[in-house]
Amino acid sequence: MTDKPHLDQEALAELQDVMEDEFDILINTYIKDSSDRIAHLRSALDQDDADRFSKSAHSFKGSCINIGAPRLGELCSEAEKAGRENRLVEAGAMVDAIENEFRQVEQTLRGFLE
Amino acid sequence: MDDSLSDNRPLRILIADDSDSDRLILKTLLRRLDHEVADARNGQDAVDIFRESGADIVLLDALMPVMDGMEAAHQIKALAGERLVPLIFLTSLSDADALARCLEAGGDDFLTKPYNRIIIEAKINAFNRMRLMHQTLSQHRDLINDRNRHLLEEQEIAKRVFDNVAHTGCLDAPNIRYHASPMSIFNGDVLFACPRPAGGMQILVGDFTGHGLPAAIGAMPVAEIFYGMTSKGFSGSDVLREINQKLGRILPTGMFCCAALIQADFHLNQLQIWNGGLPDGVLLRTSGEQETITSRHLPLGVLAAARFDAGMEVVRTEPGDTLLMMTDGVMEAENRHGEMYGEERLKRSLNDTGNAGSPFEAVIAGIHAFTGKQPEQDDVTLLSLEMVEEAELAGVSERLPQSALEGPAEWHCVYEIQDRSLGQFSPLPLLLHICMEVPGLRRKSGEIYTLLSELYTNALEHGVLGLSSDWKATPDGFGRYYAERERRLQSVSGHFIRFSLTHTMTARGGQLAIVCEDSGSGFDYRDLSAVGDENGYSGRGLMLLRKLGHSLNFREYGTRAEIVYDWQFSEVAAREGSTNT
Repeated sequence: MTDKPHLDQEALAELQDVMEDEFDILINTYIKDSSDRIAHLRSALDQDDADRFSKSAHSFKGSCINIGAPRLGELCSEAEKAGRENRLVEAGAMVDAIENEFRQVEQTLRGFLE
Repeated sequence: MDDSLSDNRPLRILIADDSDSDRLILKTLLRRLDHEVADARNGQDAVDIFRESGADIVLLDALMPVMDGMEAAHQIKALAGERLVPLIFLTSLSDADALARCLEAGGDDFLTKPYNRIIIEAKINAFNRMRLMHQTLSQHRDLINDRNRHLLEEQEIAKRVFDNVAHTGCLDAPNIRYHASPMSIFNGDVLFACPRPAGGMQILVGDFTGHGLPAAIGAMPVAEIFYGMTSKGFSGSDVLREINQKLGRILPTGMFCCAALIQADFHLNQLQIWNGGLPDGVLLRTSGEQETITSRHLPLGVLAAARFDAGMEVVRTEPGDTLLMMTDGVMEAENRHGEMYGEERLKRSLNDTGNAGSPFEAVIAGIHAFTGKQPEQDDVTLLSLEMVEEAELAGVSERLPQSALEGPAEWHCVYEIQDRSLGQFSPLPLLLHICMEVPGLRRKSGEIYTLLSELYTNALEHGVLGLSSDWKATPDGFGRYYAERERRLQSVSGHFIRFSLTHTMTARGGQLAIVCEDSGSGFDYRDLSAVGDENGYSGRGLMLLRKLGHSLNFREYGTRAEIVYDWQFSEVAAREGSTNT
């Protein structure tokens, strides 16, 4: 589906540098935030709300890009596009893919925490 | 200058992003750059925080719940008003249309995710410089506005003071018409008119070099001297000499006053004109003929007293003749194409007088047709003086300023003027001044001046110089008379004219006794034809005396004239009103 890496090691290293002691908080915040967003995506899907689905995917994409999870960001981008184009039929599978990718990212990120 | 303008102060930055992790990253990045950060989770919170505590720079996520970045940008810009609050959109948007919409919504720039701290720092610094520059410009603009308002207020006050000192005198006399811009004082133009105690009037048209307050300041002493001296009876030449000397002393080099002084005598039907640097004046005869009054002198305030020529041109006139004088503003009035009105157009306007009603109206109409401007907008100063019968101006001279001081009532003085001074100095203003110290005589200054002037002129011209008044009957003789007068004055020797003035109080008012003696050989004062001749001896003074019922006596073969002038307290005069005024 995409050949982007799960995690951008370089971006993560820079974040560690910027955040210093707060890096752990950032990772935890991101993980919590992302879980919420996946729940949002599912709820939007249940309510057949393409607009909300697209916006949630857009915001999720932004934070994934910032944290250094480009493959997850790419999946969100595709979901955003599907939402915008009102293709919610395919969207269920997309959310599954997003969730799977997120589990992997989460696992790797937790490895950074002490 | 306040703190916000110093470059190294921490900036107060407001950020709004609904993503907790993104907000955390950005906040940490900015804090590490030593800025103070306030953060909001959506557009509405951002607007509330901004309203509450403001911010130097705002970073907004474009898509947020509750209120999105576009709407928040709109509201924050409205709250900021005139202040420049740089507004940067945070976005993972990638298509050009969406980015352009951010800027249309009031954004100044955007930052794309993932954040790059070097780019963020560079943009924050760039926008801070812009913000500071805007702030500096706004402050300068406010300062300039403030100064300008202040200056206008000062000018308004200065104008009020100036209007009191340099009032328009008798410019409202029925034979005068003029145009001057309401704030003309600040373009350096002055226009004064003052009745002379002996009748007639003096008018000064002036144009100072420069504009604004410097030009107005020079005009103050000119007004003081002009009104002060004219109302005391000084001649135009005396006024000119005094003004020239004063301006020479007080004005900086390169600043002077182009001016024309006009002394109008309606009784003699004669104009005396001095033009120093103003455009040519025009005398329009009732016959339709136009005579040019050219500048023959340097402006006032240029030459030292010794080199200054205050000699005035004498022009015989007839009732109905009109003199037009103007400042450069008339000649230089410009139309849309930058062309100037000029002499040729002035002449054409004057030839059109028949249609316009009067020469004054013809010129004003001509200027405005040429420039296309309203009269109020221009810097034009134009004066029109019509020669009229003296009787038409009755009442104009009664407005001479009065002093409120109590004066002496019982006094006697003798003033003798001798030889060369007879030709160079007129004792009349001084003598009038002495008489005017008596409050009851002040309202009579015109009559007193006429008496003194008639006595002095007679003593000088007929007594000392031995001139015959018959010459003045013809225009040729008129010129010869004055030429001869000048010639004889040069060689006066061993002569004097002596005034003895005595004032006493009476039950009903006061009495002024004037004795004028001269060193001439006398004349036959019993010759009634001389006494009855309007142009001859004491024509007007005698007529006036007879009318007022005062006494006039000649002794010593006509070398001694005695006048007794009675005046009454105004209550007495009012009580007996109809009987002998």
